[in-house]
Amino acid sequence: MEQKTKQEILSVEELSVSFSMYQKGLRKGNLEVLHKLSLSVRAGEILAVAGSSGSGKSILAHAILGILPGNACMDGRMLYKGQPLTEKEKKGLRGREIAFIPQSVDYLDPLMRVGKQVRGVRGTKERQRELFRKYGLEEGVERKYPFMLSGGMARRVLIASALMEDACLIVADEPTPGLSERLTEETLKSFREMADAGCAVLLITHDIDLAFKAADRIAVFYAGTVVEIAPAEDFRKGKEALRHPYSRAFLEALPQNEFCPLPGFQPYAAKLPKGCLFAERCRERNEMCMGEIPMRKVRGGEVRCVHAR
Amino acid sequence: MTRLKYMGKTVLRLLTLLIAVSILSFLLLEASPVDPLTAYIGTDSTLSEEAKEEIIRHWGLKEPPVTRFLKWAGNFVCGDWGESITYKKPVKTVIAERLKYSLALMLAAWLFSGILGYAFGMLAAVRQGKLTDKVIKTFSLTLQSAPVFWIGLLFLSFFAVRLGWFPIGLATPMGKTAEEVTVFDRIYHMILPAVTLSVLGTGKTALYTRQKFIEILNKEFILYARARGESTGQIIWRHGIRNTLMPAVTVQFASFSELFGGIALAESVFSYPGIGSALTAAGLGGDVPLLLGIAVCSAVFVFAGNLAANLLYLVLEPRAGSFV
Ligand SMILES: Nc1ncnc2c1ncn2[C@@H]1O[C@H](COP(=O)(O)OP(=O)(O)OP(=O)(O)O)[C@@H](O)[C@H]1O
Ligand code: SF4
Ligand SMILES: [Mg+2]
Repeated sequence: MEQKTKQEILSVEELSVSFSMYQKGLRKGNLEVLHKLSLSVRAGEILAVAGSSGSGKSILAHAILGILPGNACMDGRMLYKGQPLTEKEKKGLRGREIAFIPQSVDYLDPLMRVGKQVRGVRGTKERQRELFRKYGLEEGVERKYPFMLSGGMARRVLIASALMEDACLIVADEPTPGLSERLTEETLKSFREMADAGCAVLLITHDIDLAFKAADRIAVFYAGTVVEIAPAEDFRKGKEALRHPYSRAFLEALPQNEFCPLPGFQPYAAKLPKGCLFAERCRERNEMCMGEIPMRKVRGGEVRCVHAR
Repeated sequence: MTRLKYMGKTVLRLLTLLIAVSILSFLLLEASPVDPLTAYIGTDSTLSEEAKEEIIRHWGLKEPPVTRFLKWAGNFVCGDWGESITYKKPVKTVIAERLKYSLALMLAAWLFSGILGYAFGMLAAVRQGKLTDKVIKTFSLTLQSAPVFWIGLLFLSFFAVRLGWFPIGLATPMGKTAEEVTVFDRIYHMILPAVTLSVLGTGKTALYTRQKFIEILNKEFILYARARGESTGQIIWRHGIRNTLMPAVTVQFASFSELFGGIALAESVFSYPGIGSALTAAGLGGDVPLLLGIAVCSAVFVFAGNLAANLLYLVLEPRAGSFV
């Protein structure tokens, strides 16, 4: 109940992202990778965005930060603290109020020493050293180049960079792979601390396990859209508490559950089916699933399925 | 250990290069239709047969080519580079006198083309696809393919003859003795040839820098820099220069060879008394000792350029390992 009263930091409404591409025959085609996606994060909350590889999670993060490539085209609306978040606004906010933790080490300048990179354009040396100590990075690391770092060290460096400034919104794209269990805990703990301090955290992951350990709510991604947003405890309770057939299948596929993976593949962005994007693999499909499927509120969550009750 | 090995390898490579260059130049001259005797005494000479015989014996012109080459090589190693037929002075003296003019000229052209080319290249990359970029690209492509002597003649006829801003030729004012010549005189005489010589390199460096920076701008770490709030200016300053300067400088050092090729033409057009015009004269006059001397010197020069490029790469590129 308390969350209802907390301020919405970021809200994404009906966001679509497409890339203009030269396909066979040199005709320009449009490849839509995000489709009418809606979600929101409140202050004090960790929202996990969980989905399999290629479902468009990184594109969502890049769209929020305004760093999509030149051939990308965006449709829909974003609000930051209730105000429209335009490209111009993003320029002023990123690195100050909106922090980004990128997916891989390739996001570090290979020729710049790590310390200088973590400090960025506004950070101080004291704060950088403090964060290095917190994440168990030795003092010598600041003089190293990215190629000298192990995978885990590079992750910690990226996390430290995001914490240089006091951000209100943290967008973390797969921040934990490669980290030891202890450091994963440490990282998730600092996200929780930041949330407790009033931040909103968008935690992108393909690891549903991690998602319901760390998050308050989980948005399940499929083929470029959100099919269900539910409180994390629903995922802990088991599949009956969930609303969308894909979320349930996602849960069933986990090793500690039935470990039965869903047959078939996520549809490719260029060959999307009409109607429900999940229809091809859905056991509950019928003719009602062929139309436009809106996002509906069901049992304290949101779901994009006509049959959900 | 590795350093010693590297040095040994480098010396070996230089030696092979020098031997190859001298043999090749020698063969080229052998094959040329110019008769050194005629070149030496002139076509309408009235010298007696005995005098001609004497000259032929003095220069060893009738001996078989292999003997002559080996003799030259032996003397060369011992420090005797022979006499120049064209200038009637020891080859060493000719090269020493002219090398300083050429070095000054090349250094000026090299710096000029490097700085200008780099700046234009960066600007074009930042403005990729816009008008500025198109203008710089077209201009660089044109410059890159324009022949040096043609540009030289163009500059000469426009800036020196038509406008009279610069001297028409030579390295010092005519009629001044060596003591009277000032540094300003020398610089003044060097400007047009240096600019001519740099034109080719400017286009090349600009195009290379542009392409390199565009490549960098598409890297993920530039996205991240933007995501962390860096402005375009900060991105150029913090990441652009860091990632493009080294490759540009390396290419610039590797362009030493082209610079050397260019001075032969540029100096001839401006009657600039450097190595380049001596090379032309030696080639036209069948002056074997001088030509070989210059060939060896330029090979060393070009080699040094490439070596400098390699060493710089090792020093400034942290990923290349800990050689230095
Ligand atoms: N510049 C681009 N042009 C065209 N298509 C792109 C571009 N970038 C990404 N895509 C496509 O968008 C889709 C989503 O990519 P994205 O990187 O967001 O996936 P992801 O969910 O982050 O996957 P992962 O878990 O592997 O990181 C992919 O199918 C990819 O092929
Ligand atoms: S809309 Fe239909 S096809 Fe899609 S998930 Fe729901 S039941 Fe399955
Ligand atoms: Mg991704």
